[in-house]
Amino acid sequence: MSEIIRWTAAELGARLAAGEVSSVEATQAHLDRIAAVDGDVHAFLHVNEHALDAAAEVDRRRAAGESLGELAGVPLAIKDVLVTTDQPSTSGSKILEGYRSPFDATVVARARAAGLVGIGKTNMDEFAMGSSTEHSAYGPTHNPWDLDRIPGGSGGGSAAAVAAFEAPIALGSDTGGSIRQPAHVTGTVGIKPTYGGVSRYGAIALASSLDQVGPVSRTVLDAGLLHDVIGGHDPKDSTSLPDAWPSFAAAAREGATGQVLKGLKVGVVKELPDSGFQAGVAGSFHAALKLMEAQGAEVVEISAPHFEYGVAAYYLILPAEASSNLAKFDSVRFGLRVTPDGGGTVEDVMSLTREVGFGPEVKRRIILGTYALSAGYYDAYYGSAQKVRTLIQRDFDAAFAQVDVIATPSAPTTAFTLGEKIGDPLQMYLNDLTTIPANLAGVPGISIPSGLAEEDGLPVGIQFLAPAREDARLYRVGAALETLLVDAWGGPLLDRAPVLAEKPVLGGTR
Amino acid sequence: MSAVKLMDYDKALELFEPVLGFEVHVELNTETKMFSDAPNPANERNHDAEPNTLIAPVDLGLPGSLPVVNATAVRSSISLGLALGCSIAESCRFARKNYFYPDLGKNYQISQYDEPIAFEGSVEVELDDGTLVTIPIERAHMEEDAGKLTHMGGATGRIQGAEYSLVDYNRAGVPLVEIVTKPIFGAEHRAPEIAKAYFATIRDIVRGLGISEARLERGNLRCDANVSLRPRVAPGEPVEPLGTRTETKNVNSMRSVERAVRYEIQRQAAILADGGTITQETRHWHEDTGTTSPGRPKSDADDYRYFPEPDLLPVQPPRELVEELRAALPEQPVARRRRLKADWGFGDIEFQGVVNAGLLDEVEATIAAGTTADAARKWWTGEISRIANEREVDAASLIEPASVAALQQLVDAGTLTDKLARQVLEGVIAGEGTPQQVVDARGLAVVSDDGALIAAIDEALAAQPDVLAKIKDGKVQAAGAVIGAVMKAMKGQADAARVRELILERAAQ
Repeated sequence: MSEIIRWTAAELGARLAAGEVSSVEATQAHLDRIAAVDGDVHAFLHVNEHALDAAAEVDRRRAAGESLGELAGVPLAIKDVLVTTDQPSTSGSKILEGYRSPFDATVVARARAAGLVGIGKTNMDEFAMGSSTEHSAYGPTHNPWDLDRIPGGSGGGSAAAVAAFEAPIALGSDTGGSIRQPAHVTGTVGIKPTYGGVSRYGAIALASSLDQVGPVSRTVLDAGLLHDVIGGHDPKDSTSLPDAWPSFAAAAREGATGQVLKGLKVGVVKELPDSGFQAGVAGSFHAALKLMEAQGAEVVEISAPHFEYGVAAYYLILPAEASSNLAKFDSVRFGLRVTPDGGGTVEDVMSLTREVGFGPEVKRRIILGTYALSAGYYDAYYGSAQKVRTLIQRDFDAAFAQVDVIATPSAPTTAFTLGEKIGDPLQMYLNDLTTIPANLAGVPGISIPSGLAEEDGLPVGIQFLAPAREDARLYRVGAALETLLVDAWGGPLLDRAPVLAEKPVLGGTR
Repeated sequence: MSAVKLMDYDKALELFEPVLGFEVHVELNTETKMFSDAPNPANERNHDAEPNTLIAPVDLGLPGSLPVVNATAVRSSISLGLALGCSIAESCRFARKNYFYPDLGKNYQISQYDEPIAFEGSVEVELDDGTLVTIPIERAHMEEDAGKLTHMGGATGRIQGAEYSLVDYNRAGVPLVEIVTKPIFGAEHRAPEIAKAYFATIRDIVRGLGISEARLERGNLRCDANVSLRPRVAPGEPVEPLGTRTETKNVNSMRSVERAVRYEIQRQAAILADGGTITQETRHWHEDTGTTSPGRPKSDADDYRYFPEPDLLPVQPPRELVEELRAALPEQPVARRRRLKADWGFGDIEFQGVVNAGLLDEVEATIAAGTTADAARKWWTGEISRIANEREVDAASLIEPASVAALQQLVDAGTLTDKLARQVLEGVIAGEGTPQQVVDARGLAVVSDDGALIAAIDEALAAQPDVLAKIKDGKVQAAGAVIGAVMKAMKGQADAARVRELILERAAQ
């Protein structure tokens, strides 16, 4: 195993800039790692055959004296929900098997322009519906901490890729926790930016009013560096905010000095009592808060009485929007087409294609959403859910009048075993209990590792939430706590992850 | 098709009161589409594009694509709303209308549902005899058009019986404004006429605003005509509720709208009088037979699962913009017609002749270029229209108003006779240049050299001595025969009045 893969993106970027290593070497090291461990982890659906060419191009630009960004030449894993021109984009679904987009997602185009090297497309629950990647049409991803366990979802592939050192950083998307919950169960960092902070153009839509693209990494600084590259206004996405954003990497660097915790008011939600969490998750959460208090932070109990309706509202709004967003997968213009024996009308072909092409969870949510939007039910379901959404936004407004950030455990439990909840959708949905409110309200959230649960030794994450547009605050606070924890642990949490068996890589290239 | 029973029109009106309603779709002529940067086929520049060449990812519903609202289309919609006397929403949302159909890339149409950009207006329309009718407008909302299906392999070109269908997504995403009237009561026996006048007024308004090419034959304007009948009741009795309506879709000429409404009144009346019921449905209009046939059943319970379009922010037109657009509104068609009629001093028949020929703009421009109103009218509704009819083209496409004015000025100056001017007109239409250039090139000017005329007259008188004798006897009308001969000798290029004068002078000598 090359040491290159253990470097953070910031570190690798600095060494690339200093000429200590080339992008081709760094990319090759990660391709080798993928070849060695991904048979077990299955974080990737596709490995980019053009990665080394892209790396060589960055090396050439650097050699020619071009001024390049901090992440130029750094490999990047891309969640398969994002469309790419140089690799297939399936969103984890059979219905898009082999689909090639004629355009790049804005975040992909920005990463490309900044010299990041797309190394592959990562696995996910089909159309980002799930919390375990078990709903991927291409088989589940395995948690690098324990290959029998789920890596979270829907972005389990991106989180596992980063946790398994197959890529230093990755792109994810978060509709109800799909970046933060995988970060929680894999000991990595994930950020859901403010809604509108990062372009959704080219992100295959699940629920348009909830989806947000964001960074996945092993450190808060790396997430900030990637956020700086992908964020900002995009005229192709009407919901993109026109704001000028501060540097999130600078915020992370400032936070790492530790000064930001002094006088920081941290809200803890009264309505999320410890009884709702696995003991080791609650334990790790409180230990982290104590560490912050020791540095001058003040923990304040706040009330968010409507959070408890969040999951119910979410599972009306999401399926409603998804049922409409997924209507385009009809075989007429692209993607899978299944024709009945002996032919049929266009409706027969659409129907059979969708029957064959969508997995059971997708069908479940399309049916739920279609029902929720039906005449006569709209007000009771979709309409009521939107009201809950407003109430949750008000909860946040009231809370942020009192505190600077809100802290919660990132998910109720540590990684569960593959297959454990697949037959019980309601249990699966409850995984996103603490992450969903941020999506409903459009506020940003970060999950960073807070430690290992006592009872099972698996990673636990702590989530911080900030008011809309205050993403930088999350980077400052997250980096501050990260510094304290890494000092306390004597090194990054991932150093304690079991060593993955490496298959020999023949010839060193793929 | 089995024979459809129709009731005599007057009889139908005796028994039933027709209630009308119209939905007119206006294709805006913006450079790009409603939600994408693909060129708009409803813009003159792009109308003849090859199928599937004017498309962007969002028009095909490609994964990851997102709509962006066309700001120019919003301005056009506001202008149209204002011209229809509507209030303009301070904030309005788009909604998704969900249904599966292969001409719809996303399998939902982005439209406006409960929050139209313009609402509550009215428009005055003028019937052929000058009667004014106020049509109440419920709303005008923005939406995108669907693609176009061509059904292949069947006998009728309809989906029934077709082997396969071709889809052209060029039209998918064309910006539309749909104008919806309130129910129109009191139309009575003039219902078909009102339908035609309303549609024509909408055409005039969008033309005046310049927001649509407004070419009916290209489908830039499409009218859906709703017709229902309710039985008449004796005075004092409670009014019957509205009858079941049919919606005749996509009628795209003035005459067809008129005929379709008349047909539906007669058809529905026959069914109702026989004790039958009207099926609520859409109907197709058949231009060739002048009939309608059933489309698909339509009920108010059609479930399109509307919900607010989450990919778009609400449209919130600044009040300053609305006022700016209001100030820039052109004169309303009815008001303009009244003004022009008075200015030109035309009688009803003369003025309606110009209006019905659709030549108001041309006549106005010709007068502005320096002719009398009568001369402009005569050229356009006379010779130019005659040639246009012969060639089956628009009169306006044949010649510029300025050229018509120049031609008339040559007549006024005595350079051309009417007959010569018609020849020059043909030359101008044939592309031979300006009227003066045609006169020069063809040598068509009137001969005003008395010497040449006198020579011709003397020759003619010499050839017809008996005529000369008659003239000398005071039978002045005999000069006609000599005039004819002289004009022939001059190849028509002489002023007949001058020739006559000279003949009489010579005869008197």
